[in-house]
Amino acid sequence: MRIGRRMAVTWLLFGAAAALVCLVAPLMGSTSINLWRVFDSSIPFADNADAQIFFVARLPRVLAGALVGSALAASGVVLQALLRNPLATPFTLGVSAGAALGAMLALTLDMPSGIVGFSAVPIASFAGSLGAVAIVYGLARARRSGLSTNVLLLAGVTLNSFFSALILFVQFLSDFTQTFRTVRWLMGDLDVSSYAPLLAAVPPIALSFGAFAVLPRRMNLLSISDESAASRGVDVHRTQRLAFLSASLATGAAVSLGGPVGFIGIVVPHLIRLIVGADHRLVLPASAFGGAAFLVACDTVSRTALAPLEVPVGVVTAIIGGPFFLWLLIRNR
Amino acid sequence: MAAHKKPLIIHFSLALVALMLAGPGAQARPQRIVSIIPSVTEMLFAMGAGPRVVGVGTFDRYPPEALTRTKVGGLIDPDMERIISLKPDLVAVYETQTDLRTQMNRAKIPVFLYRHSGLSDITSTIRELGARIGSVKEGSDLAGRIDAEIADVRKRIAGRPRPRTLLVFGRDAETLRGIYASGGIGFLHDMLEAAGGVNVFTDVKRQSIQTTSELAIARAPDVIVEIGADTSSSSGRNLRAWDAVGAIPAVRNKRIYLLRGDGMMNPGPRISQSVRRMAEVLHPGAIK
Repeated sequence: MRIGRRMAVTWLLFGAAAALVCLVAPLMGSTSINLWRVFDSSIPFADNADAQIFFVARLPRVLAGALVGSALAASGVVLQALLRNPLATPFTLGVSAGAALGAMLALTLDMPSGIVGFSAVPIASFAGSLGAVAIVYGLARARRSGLSTNVLLLAGVTLNSFFSALILFVQFLSDFTQTFRTVRWLMGDLDVSSYAPLLAAVPPIALSFGAFAVLPRRMNLLSISDESAASRGVDVHRTQRLAFLSASLATGAAVSLGGPVGFIGIVVPHLIRLIVGADHRLVLPASAFGGAAFLVACDTVSRTALAPLEVPVGVVTAIIGGPFFLWLLIRNR
Repeated sequence: MAAHKKPLIIHFSLALVALMLAGPGAQARPQRIVSIIPSVTEMLFAMGAGPRVVGVGTFDRYPPEALTRTKVGGLIDPDMERIISLKPDLVAVYETQTDLRTQMNRAKIPVFLYRHSGLSDITSTIRELGARIGSVKEGSDLAGRIDAEIADVRKRIAGRPRPRTLLVFGRDAETLRGIYASGGIGFLHDMLEAAGGVNVFTDVKRQSIQTTSELAIARAPDVIVEIGADTSSSSGRNLRAWDAVGAIPAVRNKRIYLLRGDGMMNPGPRISQSVRRMAEVLHPGAIK
């Protein structure tokens, strides 16, 4: 099959799967709602509990899941290609630890944002992720004109440990209820309960996806070696810079929206590679859709499995994603 | 107070009972007490044993006098060295602090074990603590006063319709994210029941539950009471965040209250005041 057709089929199938999951997910939840009442315009919205559960509680949450899952999975693909390391995740380069530190500080100091419907936590967390990106980027550029992927990796891993230590220190200084809330934040939570955080996360993620659109062909060449990519006319340094900054931006926005939900950035891309092969022109869009579907599905489990209690979504992604991935790994040998 | 007019023989027999309760090895009246538990520290000061308290926990903030004592850590980070250097003859520790208990045993320092549980346990703990430190009368007076104050609240609200209430003790400042509410057990739940409310999460047999906006809408509380300490997590909490879910009766009828104060979250001697404050908002006009 020609690549054009394969791309069209990939977009269509994975897009349809993601759309289907996103349509079904809001119909499920910890309580049962009457769909007729949800869309019954004769009941004023202010008094319509079913409509409020659907439009205030569930829909933003499903959209947040789609956005976060998609951003993390796509960033995972980009970073694995950039670092030529199958173990790379969106959290490898310190972005999520920076975001977590920002969130911890906002939670512990109980910073007010001053805007109703918008917490200071995502703002601080996004700022933290940008800070981490700036540090890692500065270090990786300091040594030579381009972007040293080795320095990038080492700086990222070190920064992760360093920020984790700072996080532990902040937790040590805070009281019990705050510590509990911060630990809970680390498990991921998509219950955004309004559209404002979604609207805030869309621009950086859209910007990153814009960059992702031009990356796949260059990443195919880069995954062989810098030299071969350069010999075929790829501006290696520019591509690396673009890949690193766009993946980091998407990760920072995703983490500030839903917390550092683990496993998506590594399981989904590898899962997709097992299905569509290694061509980034297929892997990247398929992972973006697959990540959305996977996280929305996991969050549905999180909302319903032990209702009225909730299993943290990061726990669900790891429990479902881990064994499933291992099974696929063995089956495809 | 009426208690002062009791015949001497009652005091004597109470003291005797205390001696018997305290058991061997604890007959001496402790003079250097360390408490790393905020509510126990409060109990000690409230029963007049403040002058005998030499060390307190990092999170102890009440009464103000307690802040002048040496700080010896908290639940997860008790400072053994500092505790021993204070030469205490009684240390109040959480029942779950097994390491600390072992170390205290090794150092031959007597301990008072504290268990965090329901509302009725607060006054029984006060009586037990009074007996343990040789202040039986002070302990039972304090416990009696708290029981009477709670009974008074119960009496005043008796027969009134009990509003279904969501008791929130944690939430992100401006949004409906990270809402932590009281489940169907524990002293917060008991407090709400005593104040004349019906907990919307009575069926969830846990001390706390992280609730989502969906659950909050579905449980349809008549009243939402948010509580929090002065020092944390409540200072900037904005009740207008609830406006997004107007289908909740409490939101529609503007019955959302924020009760702030260190005592609200503390299962100590100020509990009866907390119950009273909660009853005031649940049953306007019934209390005063």
